[in-house]
Amino acid sequence: MVNTQVNQHTASESAELADFRKGVIDWIKHNTPADPGFLLPQTFMEVGSEQALEFLREWQHKVWSSGYLGMAWPKQYGGGGMPRIYQQIADEEMKRARVPICFNMIGLGWAGPLIIDTGTDFEKETYLKGILTGEDIWCQGFSEPNHGSDLGSIQTRAERDGDEYIINGSKIWTTMGNYAKYMILLARTDSQAERRYNGLSFFLSPMHAAGITTSPIQKLTGDYGFTETFFTDARIPARCLMGEEGHGWRIAMQTLQYERGAEAGAAGGVSILSTVMNDLLRIAKDVERDGKPLMEDPVTRDNLVKFLIEEQALYLAENRVKIPALCADYPNSLALSTKLRGTEFFRRMRQYSLTLQGASSALYVGDEDAIEGGFWQRAYMNNFSTTIGGGTSQIQANIVGEHVLGLPKD
Amino acid sequence: MTRTANLSIEFSEEQAMILDSANAFCRDNSDNSAVRALLKSDTGFNPEVWSQMVALGWTGLALPEEHGGSEMGIGATIPLVESMGRHILSTPFISSTITAQAIIRGGNAIQQAKWLPGMAEGSIGTMALLDNEDWGATGTRCTLTAKGDSFELRGKKLLVNDAAVADFFLVLAKYEGDLKLVVVEAAQLASDAISNKTLVDETKRAANVDFSGVTVSAEALLTKGAEALPDVRLIGALLIAAEATGCAAAALDTVVDYLTTRKQFGRLIGSYQSLKHPTVEMLIQMDSARTFIYHAATLIGDGQLDKDTEIACRMAKVQAAEALSFAGDRSVQFHGGMGFTYDCDAMLYIRRAQWSQHQYGDPQHHRKILAALLLD
Repeated sequence: MVNTQVNQHTASESAELADFRKGVIDWIKHNTPADPGFLLPQTFMEVGSEQALEFLREWQHKVWSSGYLGMAWPKQYGGGGMPRIYQQIADEEMKRARVPICFNMIGLGWAGPLIIDTGTDFEKETYLKGILTGEDIWCQGFSEPNHGSDLGSIQTRAERDGDEYIINGSKIWTTMGNYAKYMILLARTDSQAERRYNGLSFFLSPMHAAGITTSPIQKLTGDYGFTETFFTDARIPARCLMGEEGHGWRIAMQTLQYERGAEAGAAGGVSILSTVMNDLLRIAKDVERDGKPLMEDPVTRDNLVKFLIEEQALYLAENRVKIPALCADYPNSLALSTKLRGTEFFRRMRQYSLTLQGASSALYVGDEDAIEGGFWQRAYMNNFSTTIGGGTSQIQANIVGEHVLGLPKD
Repeated sequence: MTRTANLSIEFSEEQAMILDSANAFCRDNSDNSAVRALLKSDTGFNPEVWSQMVALGWTGLALPEEHGGSEMGIGATIPLVESMGRHILSTPFISSTITAQAIIRGGNAIQQAKWLPGMAEGSIGTMALLDNEDWGATGTRCTLTAKGDSFELRGKKLLVNDAAVADFFLVLAKYEGDLKLVVVEAAQLASDAISNKTLVDETKRAANVDFSGVTVSAEALLTKGAEALPDVRLIGALLIAAEATGCAAAALDTVVDYLTTRKQFGRLIGSYQSLKHPTVEMLIQMDSARTFIYHAATLIGDGQLDKDTEIACRMAKVQAAEALSFAGDRSVQFHGGMGFTYDCDAMLYIRRAQWSQHQYGDPQHHRKILAALLLD
């Protein structure tokens, strides 16, 4: 699938863009780093060691300094000032070549576009370039212990005290919290607000301040990548407030739009290595059942075709969503169900990849006999970060049910 | 191991207008009381509505200009058929459209000139393909035997759609080991040749037809009928998929309507996640089906269908049949006791689901062929 998409693009692409694409392919060929000899993260949520961090920081810096990251961001802030299509092409090719990820995703994908779209000149000046170079790692402080998908219930408090805010509370699932320099932080400035959403404010907060500590969370894969973050009378400058007090909910919702891909503006770069059905087909060809390739087993074939149909539907939906006439009855249905459809598909597909492995599915990363180094075992379990993070699949189904179908709230 | 390359979906302003007006026409002419009024009728459709469809140019949409059509290609009929499914508007349109495609793709210039102009004006053709329940059969026991300058047919066909109103049939038969598509006019049949069947989907009509003893001339044998047959079957699968997709959307609409008005235990029942989430699943399945039918409609051309198009048609049929089976099934369940009654419209959807499931091959049949296309 992936390999053939390029032909389709080049068929309709202008000579200039096609040339640009060739340039990207060539650059990738000469600049992709060699296998570092340690396990690289498959997603930006798995950066669990200094070693991996430094490797990825160097790689992101290289992508940026070669002009393939932040291509559509303003020139004065370190971007390329070019039309978005160039970044899209660069991303497609990097994805295809499976180059290492651009790890500073919270900055590149969410905080950055937010600052570009709504930030002050000071904020743009201060933050944007460091996001692109990889110098300034960003994390996100939305979720709290006990309030995973329900941001309206946030308890972390921010109290104004002269030129500072005093922050108290804790955040959880902070990606790279132990490495980050900045956090986009959602905290409650007014506990008396009539509607609980109105009491929230949004901060571009430093992470290196007295009273802010992090504690790494070990994930079900055994890896690290997230922290819990504690604020104990932590003082941050008042100018860290983004917008006005009480506007936090609105700004957070806009940030989530970037996260769900509904809004453009991301700096680009590949933040998650994708798996495609072709990878599964490879396993089915390589493993055997009673002396024959598993690929010849009719039940397996039927299962694979079911997944292939679902994968094809996902790809095709990206094209149908651009045609309003074909989405007239339930207009937002494809856009709002993208996360639900995609992440659940990959969860089931990766789970199935393990059953293809037969007895070898019992092996894990670190075992020399594990198929593809245990990639799939880890990928399956890691996939839960997408079906849980950013609003669980169950919350996503509520969103689609309520906002697309108009079903009543609970 | 090859994978399908083409992901294009295109939909012109003109097609969007067709979709809009088709939806409006079907809605205006086929609300569910109109549908119910036709359930016990002989033909299953309203001849006035059929005449209007002909007058609107729908029957000629995919026919060549030289034969009275507007030459927009078979892909242009997909919005029409989806709309018909959406409003359970049953007419011989699908039967006749597939048959016209068989003549366009399998007939010579003389045969096209003989049959197509009449079809543009509403004469009805239908395919007689099945010997038994097996849509996957590639052969037939129906035979042609030379008799001087003409040929004699022998054999029965099962579940011929719209047989009672058809002006002519395209019969799959074998002549000296080769498959042929043979044109038989209704007037050539014996008086007791057609036996109507009792169908689970009361909006549809089909019959067993005995063609034994019918004599045809050489001109009745489509010159490239056998070559065209695989494509005709794929087009049939696509049209059934489009109709099923529309019907799945109708089932969804009905469920959403009930879930947003019906109260139990003091709450609108749509607020219960046990009903809400499967209803979202209905939407997602219907959406995927719609994506596939318009993808297939984009790829399908006048020439021989290529591999990508074949894959698209088969995936469309699989997805649409599954989507409607699920939607029909859940629409009954979610209506509770009402859903168990004949008065509830969920009855229309679950019955249509059984019809759409097998027509032109069920999901398992198509997945089996897709496996060979995608995995080997």
